[in-house]
Amino acid sequence: MDLPLLISIFPQVLTDGLILGFMYALIALGYTMVYGVLEFINFAHSEIFVTGAFVGVEILLALKARGTLDLLSPFLVLIVLLVAAMAVSGLLAVTVERVAYRPLRGKPRLIPFISAIGVSFFLQDAIRLFESIWRNSFNLVYPTMDLFNQRFTLTETIDISVKSVVVIVAALLMLWALHLLVNRTKIGKAMRAVAEDQATASLMGINVNRMISLTFLIGGAMGGAAGVLFGIQYSLINPYTGFIPGLKAFTAAVLGGIGNIPGAMVGGLVLGLLEAFAASYFSLLTHGAFGAEYKDIFAFSVLILILIFRPKGLLGEVVRERA
Amino acid sequence: MGWRSIRAALLDRPVPAAATVMAVIAVSSYAVAHFPRSILAFMLFQASILLLYFSRTAPWLKAALAALTLGLLMPILGTINGYYLEVAIQVGIFVALALGLNIVVGLAGLLDLGYVAFYAVGAYTWAVFGSIQPTRFMSEGWLRWFPLGPEWFFVFLFLGVLTGATTGILLGLPVLRLRGDYLAVVTLGFGEVIRVLANNLDKPINITNGPKGITPIERPPLFFRPILNAVGLDAPPATLYPLYFYFLVLLIVGVVILVNRRLENSHIGRAWEAIREDELAAQAMGVPLVRMKLLAFASGASFAGIMGVLFSAKQIFINPESFTFLESIGVLSMIILGGMGSIPGAILGATLVTVLNLQVLKGLSLWLNELRNAGVTILGYNLADLPTQLEPAKYERMIFGIILILMVILRPQGIIPSRRRTRELRDR
Repeated sequence: MDLPLLISIFPQVLTDGLILGFMYALIALGYTMVYGVLEFINFAHSEIFVTGAFVGVEILLALKARGTLDLLSPFLVLIVLLVAAMAVSGLLAVTVERVAYRPLRGKPRLIPFISAIGVSFFLQDAIRLFESIWRNSFNLVYPTMDLFNQRFTLTETIDISVKSVVVIVAALLMLWALHLLVNRTKIGKAMRAVAEDQATASLMGINVNRMISLTFLIGGAMGGAAGVLFGIQYSLINPYTGFIPGLKAFTAAVLGGIGNIPGAMVGGLVLGLLEAFAASYFSLLTHGAFGAEYKDIFAFSVLILILIFRPKGLLGEVVRERA
Repeated sequence: MGWRSIRAALLDRPVPAAATVMAVIAVSSYAVAHFPRSILAFMLFQASILLLYFSRTAPWLKAALAALTLGLLMPILGTINGYYLEVAIQVGIFVALALGLNIVVGLAGLLDLGYVAFYAVGAYTWAVFGSIQPTRFMSEGWLRWFPLGPEWFFVFLFLGVLTGATTGILLGLPVLRLRGDYLAVVTLGFGEVIRVLANNLDKPINITNGPKGITPIERPPLFFRPILNAVGLDAPPATLYPLYFYFLVLLIVGVVILVNRRLENSHIGRAWEAIREDELAAQAMGVPLVRMKLLAFASGASFAGIMGVLFSAKQIFINPESFTFLESIGVLSMIILGGMGSIPGAILGATLVTVLNLQVLKGLSLWLNELRNAGVTILGYNLADLPTQLEPAKYERMIFGIILILMVILRPQGIIPSRRRTRELRDR
């Protein structure tokens, strides 16, 4: 076995894993927040995420077409992208809840879930339809921003691109803001109350429907932000890109204990790291017999094992607080 | 005069009903024979079968007319336009799949989102052994047995049932303790796992030939050809095979429907429905939960397995692309559309969705292309400027999505609700 090689790629794999992990964490928040309030898997969340990515690419392409992209500060552009994507994705999530989930509240668990699958499929092709008419192509590439593509050289063998750092920092900031919102504000307290007990919360004067909409808004906004970061990191997007990351993020939410916000962050990071290591070391250790293609299988196996042996997830029992 | 009174006048009394149905069948068959390229004519023909189902005619007459349309008229029309036969075969395959999933989702209430995995297992079972694939992973000693001859196809139809059922049990064992929506996501993951495996098991040993897929796959033997020759009928294999597959599918679908009906009214079917309505209560009444759920998984999967074997033989070529999540959701939307737990509902749903995909969407695509090529101008907009990426045929996801959302919100019991559910709703 080639030990020096295994060690030398370690930092690279670690960064890849962290980026993947933060991405999953941001998406997983949407699943876990909605689950905490409604006990329902919002299957369409992966499309909310992709919508964010498309909002980002549309703005970038528009700026590029005007020739202003290179003149503006990349950080300003990033902030604009994030805000726009969060707004669109958040509102989309709220609309979806109003149209497709609210009429089904109180029905058996599987009924709104099937509706969510329908929404997911509908949105995928709706995005495709829109982009086919608008740009005559639905496989879009994020325009590059020079600063983001520069690389820090850490040692001879390791370098990290600026965009990776930006993605990680942005994700961290957003997770922190969410944490403050949920735990330190009155709105956050109301959301937690609704998650704990809807009937009692409404007796305390909390507008339950508004809080549920707010949950969708925030979860969707996080998903939209993740979409922009995803686009910046991996460049290529199409309407169906969201499916696998969505599934992985759901795995992450379950891994951390679904309904539990810190759990989603931890679960996302753990899954991202596991996956990055599995993807690169699996094929090295088996001399290429089992390549990186098996990383999806690996993630699903994690999901199945967790659900069977510890359905409450890693943090499910320690922290009872849910948002 | 409202729709109800028209329907009552035409379909509810035996004699007018029989007359109406026969007239529609005759007119539509004539229309198809006369305008072989008209989608509308063929859809009218399909609708006549639906009309037959809804009409109140004597059972013997119904059976006779069904046998006439499906057993004689359809094959004849299929030789006039081969595509219709292809549509009919596809409809048959999906009817069997929908009936299989109907057991798992509709009767037992277990949402299985990876149903297509069992179909894939069946398809690969025959594809691997009914092609030159064994030469790629077997040692010399074994190879004098392989590739298997076409007559083995029939053995593999049964093996397909077995492998399907076995995979169903293997999946079911660890996950059946899970609650409804978790179960759904795990089965989804399982479906993806099977597809990824099919995609990647070309190394270290080449079993599935990876994304390139397996071809050619043996077709069943034309054992009846000497008999046809003896009565002076002969046709080239190119015409015989589609007809052959059509009748095979018809036969299998018939058996599947029979098994479904027997199951539904047996103590097993009742146990499934008890589990669906209330697991705890069912358990308290002495329903063995695990055994019944496994049985549901296994029987649903076995139908997919047998159709998989047939599918691979019909296509001659299979690759992992045919077994995506999209297919699973397609089958799910068929039974949601038709009515969960309802056998006629599953049949109708499968037919409607398949026809929508294969005929309506494709037809729209062709029509749009013709308009585009002709450069027709509508309201000052030249259709030649239409984006080339705009192909209605590619929007099956949107169709599935709309079906799922609308049905679940507006008519959760489906187009033809199951009889038991109708009774329940009336009691309330």
